[in-house]
Amino acid sequence: MPAYILRRLIQSALILLGVSFITFFLLFVLPADPVRQIAGRSASAATVESIRHELGLDRPFLVQYARYLGGLVQGDLGRSYLQKSEVSVLIASRLPATLLLMVAAIFCELAIGLTMGIVAALRRDRFADQALMMTSFVTVSAPQFVVSLLMLYVFAVKLGWFPIGGYGTFRHLVLPAITLGILGSGWYSRMMRSSMIDVMRADYIRTARSKGLGRARVVLGHALPNAILPIIAMIGIDIGVFMGGIVVVESVFGWPGIGQLAWQAIQRIDIPIIMGVTLVSAVAIVLGNLLADLIAPFIDPRIKLK
Amino acid sequence: MTYASAAKSAPQGALGRLLSRKLAVLGLVLIVLVLGGALGAPWIAPFAPDQQNFDGLTIEGSPLPPGGAYLMGTDLLGRDLFSRILYGARTSLIIGIVANGLSLLIGTLVGITAGYFRGWIGAALMRFTDLMMAFPALLLAICLAAIFSPSLWIVALVIALVNWVQTARVIYTETTSLATRDFIAAERTLGAGTGRILFKHILPHLVPTIIVWGTLGISTTVLLEATLSFLGVGVQPPTASWGNIIFENQTYFQSAPWLVFLPGAAIILLALAFNLVGDALRDVLDPTQRGRH
Repeated sequence: MPAYILRRLIQSALILLGVSFITFFLLFVLPADPVRQIAGRSASAATVESIRHELGLDRPFLVQYARYLGGLVQGDLGRSYLQKSEVSVLIASRLPATLLLMVAAIFCELAIGLTMGIVAALRRDRFADQALMMTSFVTVSAPQFVVSLLMLYVFAVKLGWFPIGGYGTFRHLVLPAITLGILGSGWYSRMMRSSMIDVMRADYIRTARSKGLGRARVVLGHALPNAILPIIAMIGIDIGVFMGGIVVVESVFGWPGIGQLAWQAIQRIDIPIIMGVTLVSAVAIVLGNLLADLIAPFIDPRIKLK
Repeated sequence: MTYASAAKSAPQGALGRLLSRKLAVLGLVLIVLVLGGALGAPWIAPFAPDQQNFDGLTIEGSPLPPGGAYLMGTDLLGRDLFSRILYGARTSLIIGIVANGLSLLIGTLVGITAGYFRGWIGAALMRFTDLMMAFPALLLAICLAAIFSPSLWIVALVIALVNWVQTARVIYTETTSLATRDFIAAERTLGAGTGRILFKHILPHLVPTIIVWGTLGISTTVLLEATLSFLGVGVQPPTASWGNIIFENQTYFQSAPWLVFLPGAAIILLALAFNLVGDALRDVLDPTQRGRH
């Protein structure tokens, strides 16, 4: 096990190195000039060149990348071109908001998705099952921004129960968390349903039933704990899914996390910030996958880590 | 029965089984409707999609709600929303087909190559796939699309570049298991070349998987295009796209909600349609899934 973890950590580090290289390369070759953004339209050619030289952007690609990497291993993500601040400081100030939203969103996804999955499995092939599975199809087919705007329209604009975006209190968190919960629930509910159906066919459930246990005891005491286990490993992967969507959700809800930071940086070609947020997201995705793989053998001892 | 005839008869049986599923039929009907709307747009649409109508705005200059001469109301420039949604269907379908076809092609090539040859080529390709899996795909797409001033084709290319990974992994897994099967070993003993084995024996067995992932992929692609266009870095106005209709009008979504929610509903219906059909196809084409639902 320790050897496995060590190997996976080295692999993860290599993957992150690859992600940093590709992102850096793409931002280097793309036909957008960050120096023009910094200097402004009216700047003279000499000013532009001096800024370019000052930032080291006139050096060859590999020199620039090596310099970036040198800073990275010391935890230095560079300085933002336009906001006169360290990228690590900017990200650190935005990360708590994103993490808060992530925890709340995954909690809502599980609460909604697992309930739907359990009910569907127990009412298999009846109307409730079909209606719930149709709902799960709709939620996986709906773009985040449409559902976000719909939730804002109904609950913030029309009913006035929640603020129209922003950050600070619990009431600000409710709408984005529930929106993400609804959107992510389809995935969980389908997995929970099939996991539950598999478990209900198992011998130990038949044994429990034949002992004369009531339906509620069988479902809640015997089936549910076993059916839920494979879902837990999926939470790690869901972290990656969440990180993928933060730009959209945070921009619609005005949520001041790293997704909003990235979106502002993209519009101004502030490369150090784009690099920083991409790397932080990649770290979250890689760690989430690692977590999922590490949990798996605890859940199902038949799985051996190699 | 030869392989060829087996391959031919399977889809016909599959089509019958597909049509016996209510949700799949619903999905197919939705797809036909959207396709009809997209192809027939010049004849069905009551107005040109970018025609700014003089009477399309109120005296105060705000858009008209649905009803009357403008079936779905008008947008901020007095353009007919119904006509724009019809033309937007073209954008969605073109991107869906082109971007998804491209990512399917890349994914299949990478997956087959890595799965059949293994060795260092396979290892290198799959490590690269792992790397792509760790990318925040949407962030990457937004970044690429924002920096290139995007045309329809650039958007399709960007989507294909971030979307091929899943297909590659699935095709890889299937190819590795196919490559070790006896009939492939038998072919090789009979002296069949690599090309013959790949195209005559491995590829036909991958067709069901490719069809399933191709169908589900259109849904992903449609959603991604809508998201990019909603952020203003996708398909650019005046070309109508469901995403950019919402982008153009979102600041007024409190007073003119139809401008956001009608195109939003169109996106959901199209993505839903391909998901329903793709999911049913998976059950129908994959014998191991039968009886599990």
